[in-house]
Amino acid sequence: MKWKIAVAAAVLAVPAVALLGFGLTRDPGAIPSPLPGRMAPEFALPAFTSGSPTPMHPDSVPHVDTVRLAALRGDVVVLNFYASWCLACRDEHLVLQRVASRYVGTDVHFAGILYNDIVASALDWLKEMGPLPYPSLEDRGSRAAIDYGLYGVPETFIIGRDGRVVLKHVGPVTDSMLVSQIERLRAAAPPASARAGAP
Amino acid sequence: MTRTRLATLAIAASAAAVAFTARNAGGQVSAATVQAPLTAAAESTLDAHTREVASQLRCPVCQGLSLQDSPSELSQQMRDVVRQQLAAGRTPAEVRAYFVGRYGEWILMAPEAHGFNWVVYLLPVVVLGAGAWVLVYALRRWTANGTPSPADVGTPSGGVGTSP
Repeated sequence: MKWKIAVAAAVLAVPAVALLGFGLTRDPGAIPSPLPGRMAPEFALPAFTSGSPTPMHPDSVPHVDTVRLAALRGDVVVLNFYASWCLACRDEHLVLQRVASRYVGTDVHFAGILYNDIVASALDWLKEMGPLPYPSLEDRGSRAAIDYGLYGVPETFIIGRDGRVVLKHVGPVTDSMLVSQIERLRAAAPPASARAGAP
Repeated sequence: MTRTRLATLAIAASAAAVAFTARNAGGQVSAATVQAPLTAAAESTLDAHTREVASQLRCPVCQGLSLQDSPSELSQQMRDVVRQQLAAGRTPAEVRAYFVGRYGEWILMAPEAHGFNWVVYLLPVVVLGAGAWVLVYALRRWTANGTPSPADVGTPSGGVGTSP
């Protein structure tokens, strides 16, 4: 009789403890993104800094003040959501500056998207922290941020040549992570329809 | 017998007719909200639908609050997106699907009942059932221990054995 009770208690307790233990390994603040593997949501956002004296991409010459994701199809794109009020964004600023300047004029494009911030504050912040070698975009009403399932800054999205989101990174990026991901995607052959498909 | 049957048939038919016309009328109203400039009535239905959808979606920057209940800037902007999409003629289900596509199923205040999620709905019922079983089992054992001993009968402490 006693052993029966012991077995019943174990049968009930083991899964319960296992479930609670599994819960401890998860960050309740993290929201698992469904985007990796899917097509990156399109956007066309006005740039408030051009980033570099040369245009970002030959295709985007007529729209230097508006950056459209569709115009960058076929290339690797790194999107960084940031804000001047965000402390972790300060941590990754130098990393982004350093890595992005390595890829100026290549088939890798960076863009910063300002999240819930005032352009004037962002410009002051860029002046203080040092300019970025890529355009910063204004996202009124956070439409693009919501399209990308943003829940905080900084968040960085890496988009492959086929226009699919490869990676969503929450928190400050590191040199090695960025470079290894970018180089892996650059090594992949561009899809045949990429250029033809882009309007 | 046949009379009552006829009566129930008639009632069912009229209920169906009422439901059908109501549904059509509803369809016309929602079509009007899309095309015509918003009247005050249409505005208030749109607001009501927005509130309904927003209360089913979770605020990403809060702890356990819906978009409707959250004062955060992001929630405000997400409510705007809900309203805009509803005004553009999307159904509440389509708006929810949009947010699930961007934030994952996490964004839903109540998980959808499919696959592993059934655990959430079934486990409480199972645990409640198991608890009831344990209670019945235990009570039976206690009462069984109480009744057969004749010494207990008549003593003030043996409440079980002193039934009239």
